[in-house]
Amino acid sequence: MLGRLTWAAIPFNEALPILSGAVVGIVILAVLGTVTVKGWWPYLWREWLTSVDHKRIGIMYVVLGLVMLLRGFSDAIMMRTQQAIAIGPSQGYLPPDHFDQIFSAHGTIMIFFVAMPLVIGLMNFAVPLQLGVRDVAFPVLNSISLWLAATGALLINMSLVIGNFARTGWWAYPPLSELAFSPDVGVDYYLWSLQISGVGTLLTGINFVTTILKLRAPGMTYFRMPVFCWTALASNLLIVAAFPVLTAAFVMLLLDRYLGMHFFTNDAGGNQMMYVNLFWAWGHPEVYILILPAFGIYSEVVATFSGKALFSYRSMVWATLGICILSFMVWLHHFFTMGAGADVNAFFGIMSSIIAVPTGVKIFNWLFTMFRGRIVYKTPMLFSVGFMVTFVIGGLTGVLLAVPPVDFVVHNSAFLVAHFHNVIIGGVVFGVLAGINYWFPKAFGFTLDERWGKASFWCWLIGFYLAFMPLYQLGLMGMTRRLQHIPTPSWQPLLWVAEAGAIVILCGILCQVAQIYVSIRSRERRLDLTGDPWNGRTLEWSTSSPPPAYNFAVLPRVETVDAFWHMKRTGRPPAEPTYESIEMPRNSPAGFVTAFFAVVMGFSLIWQIWWLAILGFLAAITVVLVAAWSTEREHEISAAELAQLERAR
Amino acid sequence: MDPQGPIASAERLLLVNSTGIMLVVVIPVIIATLAFAWWYRSSNSRANRDSDEGYEQRIEFVVWSIPALTVILLGGVIWIGSHELDPRAPLPKSSDPLRVDVVALDWKWLFIYPDKGVAAVNQLVIPTGTPVAFRITSATVMNSFFVPQLGSQIYAMGGMTTHLNLLADKPGEYPGLSANFSGDGFSEMRFIVKSVSSDDFNAWLEQVRGAGSALGEPGYAELAKPSIAVPPTTYHSVDPKLFERIVEQTVAGPRKMGGSSQPQPLTRRAGD
Repeated sequence: MLGRLTWAAIPFNEALPILSGAVVGIVILAVLGTVTVKGWWPYLWREWLTSVDHKRIGIMYVVLGLVMLLRGFSDAIMMRTQQAIAIGPSQGYLPPDHFDQIFSAHGTIMIFFVAMPLVIGLMNFAVPLQLGVRDVAFPVLNSISLWLAATGALLINMSLVIGNFARTGWWAYPPLSELAFSPDVGVDYYLWSLQISGVGTLLTGINFVTTILKLRAPGMTYFRMPVFCWTALASNLLIVAAFPVLTAAFVMLLLDRYLGMHFFTNDAGGNQMMYVNLFWAWGHPEVYILILPAFGIYSEVVATFSGKALFSYRSMVWATLGICILSFMVWLHHFFTMGAGADVNAFFGIMSSIIAVPTGVKIFNWLFTMFRGRIVYKTPMLFSVGFMVTFVIGGLTGVLLAVPPVDFVVHNSAFLVAHFHNVIIGGVVFGVLAGINYWFPKAFGFTLDERWGKASFWCWLIGFYLAFMPLYQLGLMGMTRRLQHIPTPSWQPLLWVAEAGAIVILCGILCQVAQIYVSIRSRERRLDLTGDPWNGRTLEWSTSSPPPAYNFAVLPRVETVDAFWHMKRTGRPPAEPTYESIEMPRNSPAGFVTAFFAVVMGFSLIWQIWWLAILGFLAAITVVLVAAWSTEREHEISAAELAQLERAR
Repeated sequence: MDPQGPIASAERLLLVNSTGIMLVVVIPVIIATLAFAWWYRSSNSRANRDSDEGYEQRIEFVVWSIPALTVILLGGVIWIGSHELDPRAPLPKSSDPLRVDVVALDWKWLFIYPDKGVAAVNQLVIPTGTPVAFRITSATVMNSFFVPQLGSQIYAMGGMTTHLNLLADKPGEYPGLSANFSGDGFSEMRFIVKSVSSDDFNAWLEQVRGAGSALGEPGYAELAKPSIAVPPTTYHSVDPKLFERIVEQTVAGPRKMGGSSQPQPLTRRAGD
């Protein structure tokens, strides 16, 4: 009846998961209780859970990412602590089976449920506004994407208390992830949560490619699009091309695990390196799926806060597209050490270092944008300058890792760990934090507190250097990654420095929590009534903060790059424009309900409760089909209503 | 970064050279970023400003050529380095290489000396100054065979054989490890490489041949069971086809499909 699920799945005898599970449970109950007592459910359901508004969906993605950041970060600080104390005779406080779950969960959560939701959330919020349109191409699909991402996040957190998570690292390389070596449900949690959220990501990719290619304000040719839209286009093209590869690789691993097939097993003709190739054929583009939108954010922020147009818009676009294509030709650099021939290794090494050319061009372009500018140091700009300095170091170590013989000695070492945290924290996270500080007033109508924002920046920056510079050094000294126990006592001082860095980053996160709290408390004083708090250049700043559901009462006419800047210089459009009736998508519960059944399905598949899995799948599919064939998807706002709404604002 | 062999030395040199090439660009970029960020701050009344883009094709040209030239130079370094330091290429040395077959097990390393007919677990004794030609496989999940002070690491993969050539310049003891996560005993999957004079090496061989047990199928089945932090042991003789049979998966592996659904209990041995 319940497949493999028994009471034994809940680790009552282990303090750590039960305690953390209890804390999370109490927090969730407190939130749900507050919502119930205050009678907020109708509001939440109507305005958020069933919303198909790209701005609301974007905000919910960002909230998901920030909540999961707390989970992923608590994993990080537990690992740092274990490595700082489990040295020599001491085994630390985490036995291998806990430690292995923690680093596997940390990587999986940070990539799939922190970085992805944050980046997709910002694209959701800003791209349609920047394009000067009213929504994405498929609003209901967008809502389904969001809730499928939330499904994956929920499943992965369930593994904390019901069963266990994978102990394979976030790649889940076979044969370690095969049934023979990982017979429990950990890898199944990994696979199903990523399969389900992966469907959502693919739908997002299709949605945004369509939106950017087909829906733009009148006059907005490709070469008048803001750079962030270009990077979003490149990123979503990569999603559409790369995520099916990951899905296929996971399907094969699932067939191995569930039906006893032999795609990647040691015996019966399986080949583990097939998985490794497929995984990184997705994995390397994934890096650029995350970093390209961050590059877009820096481009917007640096231009805005330098009071200048971006230096060489065209080369920025070509560099973006170049990276987009090159990112598919470098996957083998993740496993130079598999013993391929020198020609193969040299080819992939050179291709990898070629990516440094367009990336270097981008750095120079930002540099020349700042040159002779009037730089205003608000929090987003601080993150951007911090990024430029930090990222070139990460780029340098990245190119080092692309030299195959160098990789032979630092592959899988702490040096590698330091490198990718250098580019992900110094690139993606700084970019996302810059983006949140930059677009927050647009989303909520009031600015974020600058003092707490700047404090969080300095904590993040200093914390990053403290945490990861020692790891570079330890990697060169021969420390490999994923060590539950450290063999060499002389490494301890550096590991303590890294621990201190993690604590400083924690302060940065706490500053951000304080920043949001303080800003909400003092929102009356920090209202953004102009809609343009930073003297912006692109169309999102031409509408009010927060924008109305329909974004623009009258679609803007675009004549140049930096359309809004141009409008401000040449005089605004007439005060009383002619309104026409517009059609807006209706709210739809399809996303939320689909996700509910997707949770049921995923959970039953993990525990092999077959009848429930089939029911969940059929229900989820039915909801999607009903939503797809529903004819009442839009409601009309008449010209008179629109004029009234606009006057009321 | 304390190389004790030609491969590790060459790799360190390559690392230093590549870093040097890139620092030529990276250091000025960092300085320029900080300088521009400081000088063009809005409160600096002495800075000259432009409100438009200030775009010039000449600058554009420079912007593309600086990283391009750097990468062309590095591309040459990569091509030559990859070929000179190909792990499969035999080392140019007068003496014949010592052949060693390496098997990754849960969670220890088995070293078979096919020409000497002996085997050892978690210790690798090699003669100083003699090239060592490794054949590497795994009887279990993927691992990576790595002796940091001697140089290159190479994956150990089930059903496959990889090749690696290393050499120790000086006598000494160098730690070796697995550099690819392989499960619960991964942290302790370490061994010691002892580089000794050829006389000492021969004496060691004699000593090994005179003690311990034989490594045939039963002994291997016992050895292949998962265990953590196994102290070094030796075998006075070894089934000559054992390595090939491990690669072909025709000898009882450590954990096969259809076993118990619970993780097997681990034995932690003395010395831990």
